[in-house]
Amino acid sequence: MSADRIVETWDWVQSSPAFGLLLTLIGYRIGRELQQRVARPWLKAVTQPVLVAMVVVGAVLLVFDIDYADYLVGASLIVFLLGPATVALAVPLYRQVHHLRRLAVPILVALPLAAAVSITLGLLLVRWLGGSEELALSMAPKAATTPVAIALAEQIGGIGPLAAALAVTIGVFGAVAGPGVLTLLRIRDRRARGLAIGAVSHGIGTARALADHPVEGAFAGLSMGLTALAISVLVPLLLLVL
Amino acid sequence: MRPVTGVRPGLISGLTWLLVCQLAGELVVRLLGLPVPGAVLGMVILLALLCWRRPPETASVLRAADALLRHLQLFFVPAGVGLITFLALLREEAVPLLVATLVSWFVALALVGGLVTLLGRGEPAR
Repeated sequence: MSADRIVETWDWVQSSPAFGLLLTLIGYRIGRELQQRVARPWLKAVTQPVLVAMVVVGAVLLVFDIDYADYLVGASLIVFLLGPATVALAVPLYRQVHHLRRLAVPILVALPLAAAVSITLGLLLVRWLGGSEELALSMAPKAATTPVAIALAEQIGGIGPLAAALAVTIGVFGAVAGPGVLTLLRIRDRRARGLAIGAVSHGIGTARALADHPVEGAFAGLSMGLTALAISVLVPLLLLVL
Repeated sequence: MRPVTGVRPGLISGLTWLLVCQLAGELVVRLLGLPVPGAVLGMVILLALLCWRRPPETASVLRAADALLRHLQLFFVPAGVGLITFLALLREEAVPLLVATLVSWFVALALVGGLVTLLGRGEPAR
Protein backbone atom coordinates (compact mmCIF):
# COMPACT_ATOMS: atom_id res chain seq x y z
CA MET A 1 0.00 0.00 0.00
CA SER A 2 1.74 3.14 -1.22
CA ALA A 3 1.29 6.65 0.15
CA ASP A 4 -0.23 7.69 -3.19
CA ARG A 5 -2.90 5.11 -2.83
CA ILE A 6 -3.81 6.32 0.65
CA VAL A 7 -4.11 9.91 -0.58
CA GLU A 8 -6.18 8.76 -3.55
CA THR A 9 -8.48 6.75 -1.31
CA TRP A 10 -8.90 9.67 1.10
CA ASP A 11 -9.83 11.97 -1.79
CA TRP A 12 -12.40 9.46 -2.91
CA VAL A 13 -13.84 9.11 0.59
CA GLN A 14 -14.32 12.89 0.97
CA SER A 15 -16.37 13.28 -2.18
CA SER A 16 -18.26 9.98 -2.06
CA PRO A 17 -22.00 10.30 -1.32
CA ALA A 18 -21.70 7.75 1.48
CA PHE A 19 -19.35 10.06 3.43
CA GLY A 20 -21.60 13.12 3.78
CA LEU A 21 -24.64 10.94 4.38
CA LEU A 22 -22.99 8.80 7.03
CA LEU A 23 -21.34 11.74 8.79
CA THR A 24 -24.70 13.51 9.06
CA LEU A 25 -26.45 10.38 10.39
CA ILE A 26 -23.69 9.76 12.93
CA GLY A 27 -23.78 13.39 14.12
CA TYR A 28 -27.57 13.21 14.50
CA ARG A 29 -27.32 9.89 16.32
CA ILE A 30 -24.79 11.34 18.77
CA GLY A 31 -27.19 14.25 19.34
CA ARG A 32 -30.14 11.95 20.09
CA GLU A 33 -28.11 9.79 22.46
CA LEU A 34 -26.70 12.83 24.24
CA GLN A 35 -30.14 14.39 24.69
CA GLN A 36 -31.49 11.17 26.17
CA ARG A 37 -28.61 10.87 28.60
CA VAL A 38 -28.60 14.36 30.11
CA ALA A 39 -31.03 14.86 32.98
CA ARG A 40 -31.36 18.59 33.62
CA PRO A 41 -34.11 20.34 31.61
CA TRP A 42 -31.82 23.15 30.40
CA LEU A 43 -29.26 20.61 29.17
CA LYS A 44 -32.00 18.72 27.37
CA ALA A 45 -32.98 22.00 25.68
CA VAL A 46 -29.41 22.80 24.64
CA THR A 47 -28.60 19.32 23.31
CA GLN A 48 -31.07 19.57 20.42
CA PRO A 49 -29.98 16.82 18.01
CA VAL A 50 -29.79 19.32 15.12
CA LEU A 51 -27.37 21.53 17.08
CA VAL A 52 -25.17 18.67 18.31
CA ALA A 53 -25.05 17.23 14.78
CA MET A 54 -24.07 20.64 13.33
CA VAL A 55 -21.22 20.93 15.80
CA VAL A 56 -19.99 17.35 15.23
CA VAL A 57 -20.17 17.55 11.43
CA GLY A 58 -18.78 21.10 11.33
CA ALA A 59 -15.85 20.10 13.53
CA VAL A 60 -15.03 17.08 11.35
CA LEU A 61 -15.10 19.23 8.19
CA LEU A 62 -12.88 21.91 9.76
CA VAL A 63 -10.38 19.51 11.35
CA PHE A 64 -9.93 17.39 8.22
CA ASP A 65 -10.16 20.45 5.93
CA ILE A 66 -13.00 19.00 3.89
CA ASP A 67 -14.92 21.28 1.50
CA TYR A 68 -18.54 22.01 2.40
CA ALA A 69 -19.37 21.32 -1.27
CA ASP A 70 -17.80 17.84 -1.02
CA TYR A 71 -19.80 17.15 2.13
CA LEU A 72 -23.00 18.20 0.35
CA VAL A 73 -22.56 15.48 -2.31
CA GLY A 74 -23.86 12.98 0.23
CA ALA A 75 -25.73 15.32 2.56
CA SER A 76 -27.97 16.57 -0.26
CA LEU A 77 -29.81 13.24 -0.02
CA ILE A 78 -30.88 14.34 3.45
CA VAL A 79 -31.64 17.89 2.30
CA PHE A 80 -33.98 16.39 -0.29
CA LEU A 81 -36.14 14.77 2.41
CA LEU A 82 -36.91 18.23 3.79
CA GLY A 83 -39.46 18.57 0.95
CA PRO A 84 -41.68 15.57 1.80
CA ALA A 85 -41.17 16.30 5.52
CA THR A 86 -42.57 19.81 5.02
CA VAL A 87 -45.57 18.33 3.19
CA ALA A 88 -45.95 15.87 6.09
CA LEU A 89 -46.59 18.80 8.47
CA ALA A 90 -50.15 18.73 7.07
CA VAL A 91 -50.78 15.58 9.15
CA PRO A 92 -50.39 17.00 12.70
CA LEU A 93 -52.31 20.05 11.47
CA TYR A 94 -55.12 17.83 10.15
CA ARG A 95 -55.42 16.27 13.62
CA GLN A 96 -55.88 19.77 15.12
CA VAL A 97 -58.08 21.17 12.40
CA HIS A 98 -61.03 21.55 14.80
CA HIS A 99 -59.02 24.21 16.71
CA LEU A 100 -58.25 26.06 13.54
CA ARG A 101 -61.60 27.66 12.72
CA ARG A 102 -61.93 29.33 16.11
CA LEU A 103 -58.41 30.70 16.01
CA ALA A 104 -58.52 32.01 12.43
CA VAL A 105 -58.83 35.70 13.38
CA PRO A 106 -56.06 35.79 16.04
CA ILE A 107 -53.77 33.91 13.65
CA LEU A 108 -54.45 36.22 10.72
CA VAL A 109 -53.80 39.29 12.91
CA ALA A 110 -50.76 38.10 14.84
CA LEU A 111 -48.64 36.40 12.16
CA PRO A 112 -48.48 39.23 9.55
CA LEU A 113 -47.88 41.74 12.35
CA ALA A 114 -45.03 39.66 13.78
CA ALA A 115 -43.54 39.18 10.30
CA ALA A 116 -43.55 42.95 9.71
CA VAL A 117 -41.97 43.62 13.13
CA SER A 118 -39.31 40.96 12.62
CA ILE A 119 -38.31 42.27 9.16
CA THR A 120 -38.24 45.94 10.25
CA LEU A 121 -36.43 45.42 13.55
CA GLY A 122 -33.84 43.04 12.05
CA LEU A 123 -32.99 45.43 9.23
CA LEU A 124 -32.95 48.67 11.24
CA LEU A 125 -30.97 47.26 14.17
CA VAL A 126 -28.19 46.04 11.87
CA ARG A 127 -28.01 49.52 10.27
CA TRP A 128 -28.05 51.40 13.59
CA LEU A 129 -25.32 49.19 15.04
CA GLY A 130 -23.05 49.82 12.07
CA GLY A 131 -23.43 46.50 10.29
CA SER A 132 -22.98 46.23 6.53
CA GLU A 133 -25.91 46.74 4.17
CA GLU A 134 -25.49 43.14 2.88
CA LEU A 135 -25.98 41.87 6.41
CA ALA A 136 -29.01 44.13 6.92
CA LEU A 137 -30.67 42.93 3.71
CA SER A 138 -29.82 39.27 4.42
CA MET A 139 -31.25 39.73 7.93
CA ALA A 140 -34.67 41.00 6.77
CA PRO A 141 -36.24 37.66 5.70
CA LYS A 142 -34.53 35.45 8.32
CA ALA A 143 -37.71 34.33 10.09
CA ALA A 144 -38.94 32.66 6.89
CA THR A 145 -38.11 29.02 6.21
CA THR A 146 -34.65 28.62 4.61
CA PRO A 147 -35.53 28.37 0.86
CA VAL A 148 -37.80 31.44 1.12
CA ALA A 149 -35.16 33.42 3.03
CA ILE A 150 -32.56 32.65 0.33
CA ALA A 151 -34.81 33.68 -2.56
CA LEU A 152 -35.99 36.88 -0.85
CA ALA A 153 -32.52 38.01 0.24
CA GLU A 154 -31.21 37.63 -3.30
CA GLN A 155 -34.20 39.47 -4.70
CA ILE A 156 -33.53 42.55 -2.53
CA GLY A 157 -29.72 42.61 -2.83
CA GLY A 158 -28.64 40.51 0.17
CA ILE A 159 -26.50 37.36 0.10
CA GLY A 160 -28.54 34.16 -0.34
CA PRO A 161 -26.27 31.70 1.51
CA LEU A 162 -25.82 34.23 4.35
CA ALA A 163 -29.60 34.55 4.65
CA ALA A 164 -29.75 30.73 4.84
CA ALA A 165 -27.12 30.73 7.60
CA LEU A 166 -29.06 33.39 9.55
CA ALA A 167 -32.33 31.49 9.12
CA VAL A 168 -30.68 28.33 10.43
CA THR A 169 -29.17 30.22 13.38
CA ILE A 170 -32.49 31.71 14.40
CA GLY A 171 -34.14 28.31 13.93
CA VAL A 172 -31.65 26.51 16.16
CA PHE A 173 -31.82 29.30 18.72
CA GLY A 174 -35.61 28.98 18.78
CA ALA A 175 -35.39 25.20 19.16
CA VAL A 176 -33.08 25.62 22.15
CA ALA A 177 -34.61 28.65 23.90
CA GLY A 178 -38.11 29.20 22.44
CA PRO A 179 -40.19 26.99 24.77
CA GLY A 180 -38.27 28.20 27.85
CA VAL A 181 -38.72 31.88 26.96
CA LEU A 182 -42.46 31.34 26.34
CA THR A 183 -42.77 29.72 29.76
CA LEU A 184 -40.98 32.71 31.34
CA LEU A 185 -43.49 34.97 29.56
CA ARG A 186 -46.28 32.84 31.09
CA ILE A 187 -47.67 31.85 27.71
CA ARG A 188 -49.15 28.44 28.45
CA ASP A 189 -51.76 27.92 25.72
CA ARG A 190 -50.28 25.14 23.55
CA ARG A 191 -51.70 26.68 20.39
CA ALA A 192 -50.25 30.13 21.13
CA ARG A 193 -46.87 28.58 21.99
CA GLY A 194 -46.73 26.61 18.75
CA LEU A 195 -47.77 29.59 16.64
CA ALA A 196 -45.12 31.79 18.29
CA ILE A 197 -42.29 29.28 17.77
CA GLY A 198 -43.21 28.62 14.12
CA ALA A 199 -43.41 32.37 13.45
CA VAL A 200 -39.86 33.12 14.62
CA SER A 201 -37.96 29.85 14.17
CA HIS A 202 -39.69 28.18 11.16
CA GLY A 203 -39.03 24.45 10.55
CA ILE A 204 -36.25 23.93 13.10
CA GLY A 205 -38.37 25.45 15.86
CA THR A 206 -41.28 23.34 14.61
CA ALA A 207 -39.19 20.19 14.98
CA ARG A 208 -38.62 21.00 18.66
CA ALA A 209 -42.28 21.95 19.21
CA LEU A 210 -43.35 18.65 17.63
CA ALA A 211 -41.07 16.73 19.97
CA ASP A 212 -42.54 18.61 22.98
CA HIS A 213 -46.26 18.33 22.27
CA PRO A 214 -48.42 17.38 19.24
CA VAL A 215 -50.61 20.50 19.47
CA GLU A 216 -47.59 22.82 19.70
CA GLY A 217 -46.02 21.05 16.73
CA ALA A 218 -49.14 21.26 14.59
CA PHE A 219 -49.56 24.99 15.18
CA ALA A 220 -45.84 25.65 14.72
CA GLY A 221 -46.03 23.97 11.29
CA LEU A 222 -49.05 26.05 10.32
CA SER A 223 -47.36 29.20 11.59
CA MET A 224 -44.19 28.42 9.63
CA GLY A 225 -46.17 28.13 6.38
CA LEU A 226 -48.22 31.30 6.91
CA THR A 227 -45.16 33.26 8.07
CA ALA A 228 -43.24 32.25 4.94
CA LEU A 229 -46.14 33.63 2.91
CA ALA A 230 -46.42 36.84 4.97
CA ILE A 231 -42.68 37.53 4.80
CA SER A 232 -42.60 36.92 1.03
CA VAL A 233 -45.29 39.54 0.55
CA LEU A 234 -44.03 42.03 3.17
CA VAL A 235 -40.27 42.11 2.45
CA PRO A 236 -40.53 43.79 -0.99
CA LEU A 237 -43.24 46.17 0.32
CA LEU A 238 -41.36 47.21 3.49
CA LEU A 239 -38.13 47.68 1.53
CA LEU A 240 -39.87 50.52 -0.33
CA VAL A 241 -40.10 52.55 2.90
CA LEU A 242 -37.11 51.30 4.93
CA MET B 1 -51.88 -11.55 5.69
CA ARG B 2 -49.03 -9.64 4.08
CA PRO B 3 -45.59 -11.19 4.23
CA VAL B 4 -43.29 -9.44 6.70
CA THR B 5 -40.65 -7.46 4.84
CA GLY B 6 -37.84 -5.15 5.92
CA VAL B 7 -39.87 -2.00 5.23
CA ARG B 8 -43.15 -1.59 7.09
CA PRO B 9 -45.94 -2.17 4.58
CA GLY B 10 -47.46 1.11 3.47
CA LEU B 11 -44.46 3.29 4.21
CA ILE B 12 -43.42 3.55 0.57
CA SER B 13 -46.93 4.24 -0.67
CA GLY B 14 -47.26 6.90 2.03
CA LEU B 15 -44.02 8.51 0.88
CA THR B 16 -45.37 8.41 -2.68
CA TRP B 17 -48.39 10.47 -1.60
CA LEU B 18 -46.16 13.03 0.11
CA LEU B 19 -44.03 13.35 -3.03
CA VAL B 20 -47.13 13.68 -5.24
CA CYS B 21 -48.34 16.59 -3.09
CA GLN B 22 -44.88 18.18 -3.10
CA LEU B 23 -44.56 17.94 -6.88
CA ALA B 24 -48.09 19.33 -7.35
CA GLY B 25 -47.12 22.25 -5.08
CA GLU B 26 -43.86 22.87 -6.96
CA LEU B 27 -45.69 22.85 -10.31
CA VAL B 28 -48.40 25.30 -9.19
CA VAL B 29 -45.81 27.63 -7.60
CA ARG B 30 -43.79 27.70 -10.82
CA LEU B 31 -46.74 28.03 -13.18
CA LEU B 32 -48.35 30.87 -11.21
CA GLY B 33 -45.09 32.49 -10.03
CA LEU B 34 -46.17 32.33 -6.34
CA PRO B 35 -43.72 33.60 -3.67
CA VAL B 36 -43.88 30.48 -1.42
CA PRO B 37 -41.83 27.26 -1.60
CA GLY B 38 -43.52 24.40 -3.45
CA ALA B 39 -43.34 22.13 -0.41
CA VAL B 40 -45.32 24.63 1.70
CA LEU B 41 -48.07 24.69 -0.94
CA GLY B 42 -47.77 20.88 -1.01
CA MET B 43 -48.56 20.92 2.72
CA VAL B 44 -51.74 22.92 2.00
CA ILE B 45 -52.69 20.49 -0.80
CA LEU B 46 -52.22 17.48 1.51
CA LEU B 47 -54.23 19.18 4.27
CA ALA B 48 -57.10 19.78 1.82
CA LEU B 49 -56.95 16.14 0.65
CA LEU B 50 -56.98 14.88 4.25
CA CYS B 51 -59.94 17.06 5.21
CA TRP B 52 -61.79 15.84 2.14
CA ARG B 53 -61.07 12.10 2.35
CA ARG B 54 -60.75 11.77 6.16
CA PRO B 55 -58.48 8.70 6.11
CA PRO B 56 -58.25 6.44 9.20
CA GLU B 57 -55.21 6.69 11.50
CA THR B 58 -53.83 3.51 9.93
CA ALA B 59 -53.59 5.12 6.46
CA SER B 60 -50.16 4.85 4.85
CA VAL B 61 -49.78 8.60 4.29
CA LEU B 62 -50.35 9.34 7.99
CA ARG B 63 -47.82 6.73 9.08
CA ALA B 64 -45.20 7.87 6.57
CA ALA B 65 -45.69 11.49 7.69
CA ASP B 66 -45.29 10.56 11.36
CA ALA B 67 -42.14 8.55 10.56
CA LEU B 68 -40.55 11.51 8.72
CA LEU B 69 -41.58 14.09 11.31
CA ARG B 70 -40.06 12.07 14.15
CA HIS B 71 -36.68 12.98 12.60
CA LEU B 72 -37.49 16.46 11.27
CA GLN B 73 -34.38 17.92 12.93
CA LEU B 74 -32.13 15.60 10.92
CA PHE B 75 -33.12 17.22 7.64
CA PHE B 76 -31.84 20.64 8.76
CA VAL B 77 -28.35 19.46 9.68
CA PRO B 78 -26.68 20.03 6.25
CA ALA B 79 -28.01 23.62 6.00
CA GLY B 80 -26.82 24.25 9.56
CA VAL B 81 -23.35 22.97 8.77
CA GLY B 82 -23.27 25.61 5.99
CA LEU B 83 -22.74 28.15 8.78
CA ILE B 84 -19.04 27.22 8.86
CA THR B 85 -18.58 28.88 5.47
CA PHE B 86 -19.53 32.22 7.08
CA LEU B 87 -17.48 32.02 10.28
CA ALA B 88 -15.18 34.94 9.32
CA LEU B 89 -18.07 37.26 8.43
CA LEU B 90 -20.03 36.26 11.53
CA ARG B 91 -17.06 37.16 13.72
CA GLU B 92 -16.52 40.49 11.96
CA GLU B 93 -20.09 41.69 12.41
CA ALA B 94 -20.88 39.85 15.62
CA VAL B 95 -22.48 42.74 17.53
CA PRO B 96 -25.05 43.99 14.95
CA LEU B 97 -25.72 40.39 14.03
CA LEU B 98 -26.40 39.11 17.53
CA VAL B 99 -28.39 42.12 18.75
CA ALA B 100 -30.57 42.37 15.63
CA THR B 101 -31.21 38.62 15.58
CA LEU B 102 -32.03 38.24 19.26
CA VAL B 103 -34.13 41.39 19.67
CA SER B 104 -36.27 40.83 16.56
CA TRP B 105 -36.65 37.15 17.47
CA PHE B 106 -37.78 37.92 21.01
CA VAL B 107 -40.20 40.72 20.10
CA ALA B 108 -41.91 38.66 17.39
CA LEU B 109 -42.12 35.59 19.66
CA ALA B 110 -43.70 37.57 22.51
CA LEU B 111 -46.03 39.37 20.09
CA VAL B 112 -47.48 36.18 18.57
CA GLY B 113 -47.68 34.35 21.90
CA GLY B 114 -49.29 37.30 23.65
CA LEU B 115 -51.71 38.30 20.88
CA VAL B 116 -52.99 34.77 20.25
CA THR B 117 -53.47 34.18 23.98
CA LEU B 118 -55.29 37.51 24.30
CA LEU B 119 -57.49 37.25 21.19
CA GLY B 120 -58.20 33.54 21.63
CA ARG B 121 -59.21 33.95 25.27
CA GLY B 122 -62.32 32.15 26.47
CA GLU B 123 -61.43 29.11 24.41
CA PRO B 124 -60.36 25.94 26.18
CA ALA B 125 -56.57 26.10 26.32
CA ARG B 126 -55.30 22.56 26.06
